[in-house]
Amino acid sequence: MRETNMKKILISLLFLLFGTSTYADCNIKSGSINILANDFPALRTFVETAKGCKGSADFKVTHSSEHNKIAVPALTANPSEFSARIAANSSIVPLMNQDLIRPLDDLVKKYGKGIQDSQLITIDGKIMAVAFMANTQHLYYREDVLKELGIAIPKTYEEVVAASEKIRASGKMQYPYAAAYKAGWNLAEEFVNMYIGHGGEFFKAGTAQPSINNAKGVATLNMLKKLAGLSNPDYLTHDSEAIKVEWESGNVALMTLWASRSGTLLDDDGDAKITAATKLTGPATVAGGNIPAATLWWDGFTLAKNRSDADAEATFRALAHAAANKRMVADAADQAVWLIEGFKPGPKSIGVIEAVKMKAKPYPMLPQMGLMHGALGSEIVEFLQGKESAEQALKDVEAAYMSKAKEQGFL
Amino acid sequence: MPNKTFFWFFLPTGLAMILFIGLPIISTGIQSFYAQHDQVVKEVKKCDPFGCTVSIVVDQEKTSKIREEKPLGKFNGFGTYVDRNHLAIEEIGKFWNETNSFGEFVDQVTNLPFYKALIFTLTYCLFVTPNVLLLGFIIALSLNAVTRRIRGPLIFGTILPMIVTPLVGSLVLFWMIDAEGIIGANLQMLMDDPYLSLKSSKTLTWITIIIYGIWHHSPFAFVVFYAALQTVPQEPVEAAIIDGASRWQRVRHIVLPHIYPVVTFVALISLMDNFRVFEPIIGFSAEGSAQSLSWLIYDNLVNEEVILFGSAAATSMMTIVGIAILLAPVLIRTWKEFRTAR
Repeated sequence: MRETNMKKILISLLFLLFGTSTYADCNIKSGSINILANDFPALRTFVETAKGCKGSADFKVTHSSEHNKIAVPALTANPSEFSARIAANSSIVPLMNQDLIRPLDDLVKKYGKGIQDSQLITIDGKIMAVAFMANTQHLYYREDVLKELGIAIPKTYEEVVAASEKIRASGKMQYPYAAAYKAGWNLAEEFVNMYIGHGGEFFKAGTAQPSINNAKGVATLNMLKKLAGLSNPDYLTHDSEAIKVEWESGNVALMTLWASRSGTLLDDDGDAKITAATKLTGPATVAGGNIPAATLWWDGFTLAKNRSDADAEATFRALAHAAANKRMVADAADQAVWLIEGFKPGPKSIGVIEAVKMKAKPYPMLPQMGLMHGALGSEIVEFLQGKESAEQALKDVEAAYMSKAKEQGFL
Repeated sequence: MPNKTFFWFFLPTGLAMILFIGLPIISTGIQSFYAQHDQVVKEVKKCDPFGCTVSIVVDQEKTSKIREEKPLGKFNGFGTYVDRNHLAIEEIGKFWNETNSFGEFVDQVTNLPFYKALIFTLTYCLFVTPNVLLLGFIIALSLNAVTRRIRGPLIFGTILPMIVTPLVGSLVLFWMIDAEGIIGANLQMLMDDPYLSLKSSKTLTWITIIIYGIWHHSPFAFVVFYAALQTVPQEPVEAAIIDGASRWQRVRHIVLPHIYPVVTFVALISLMDNFRVFEPIIGFSAEGSAQSLSWLIYDNLVNEEVILFGSAAATSMMTIVGIAILLAPVLIRTWKEFRTAR
């Protein structure tokens, strides 16, 4: 124990001494850089790498899990508080809706050396963001538990249910399954995944009219309820962090969780036996479908519109340095599935790679999707609590969504 | 105090109140009558690392022109107030015509977000306020009776729940009632039901939040009552003792009438506070089972990726109206007493 700690300290010291010098200075002479980003290890690494090339520019960063709440107000101000925002498929939408981010075509042409074409997010022919990592939710399983009970690695949610029931019946674990079902954003995300797995569409083609009150929606809810019944009874209060803790305490044998969390699950902290038996596999399919019940996500950077061109240029150069950094990708191969050239996927990236292979769909990047997501998060709770029928819950979601969409001018 | 002196005394406070409370309320009121402009969308090609699709985006050129012309948005009148997420006038009418029994009708109405929140808020007020008054009074009476030497530490201990930040207080309890927490796990053992969860059952969540509310607010009532008890004149009490009045009779006929104005004050403040119940819902992560009016406002402002200013403003205005209605009986009574006293 002590020895490994010493090793860690030594490595960090070495990194401090020599690490920074290995990142090339990008010779940025002026401007100020201020970045807003979510808070998980891969994003910290990314921003640190960008910082390594800040030159004489002023550099600030805010890592916050509440980034979604800050982003729109902060970027609406003129000049904007942040010069860049690390966004994802869903969080770029409100920025686009309010016209808060700038096209990056010129900057990519001038300073984008090393960024691959596949990293560019183009909307209507304009580059609006540069992606650098991919994420998805997929299955984690306890190899030891499954082996002992002779259960094959589940490939579908029906198999997940059967396996969990078997584990429960064996008396090994009372609540063998876990997923982030916290009422609100997390629960809605689980619905979105499962509904896409059933092949559902959220809106009538080409309109903002909702279309989830159908057989696929009902099947989605029923599957969520079955899984909830196999989870800790407090599931409606459990977010990703809470189920990670459940997993590390050895209470859970099957779990659906973000790929970006695998790093902290498989690190040296916690019970070594559980860590050793924690294995990753692709996302499950459902109801005989071909595409997985999961959505693909990218994380990328966007630049604020309401900020001077000089700041935008400085920020782009620093972030582009990180977004095309083979060294960072090699050093932090464990932290994320990087979309950057030179990335060699390790065992922690199995989930995302499987999801891409299975042709998982990206999270829908529609202007009105945020309102649907919000309505789902609060209106399906009563169904899971057994107070409402699935049809009623879906009717409520549609009604709640329609009121909000009318207020926002989408309908 | 002559009216003129009072005016100059009150002026700074009055100005601050207009500036920081009055004007924001007016601005909120105006916002509640507006909705966003109709979104002009267009079909475009979107490409990301996972491939290209044809999808829609908001047409910024056209939208920004409309926005510049009318920055407040589209005038919506009471449109937001009566929509399904607020008063839901149309929906209620429909339920009335479509449902077969009154019970079914009530079920449908209480399923609407605003009424769901209103019912929780009112239930919370109705249970917490009287219990806070009662508990606060009992504690004040008992503490007033113990010897002076230990009163100091006892008072400190009693007001602790009020000192603890509401969010911290609720979080502590939240972990204790977790299925693996000290209270949660013991309850499961006691009831012999491994699926019992204080957090997943709606009723139990409500009870937990109400108990928490009483625990948190009682010290306030206690402090005010305790101070008031110090002003109770001793002569009538002693006279009553000589006349053979029991302890209860003394409290009922001498102490209570004396501190009656203070009771009204505490009741008013508690009602106002309780009507705006919010922190425990966040602290207990109870959004799934319990929503209050304040929580609805918060939800509209932060939980969506799009901020629903109109919705939040409408709920805020209705909360103000709600508090006014709740306080009206007490205020009218106080006003009448004031008039007769003059």
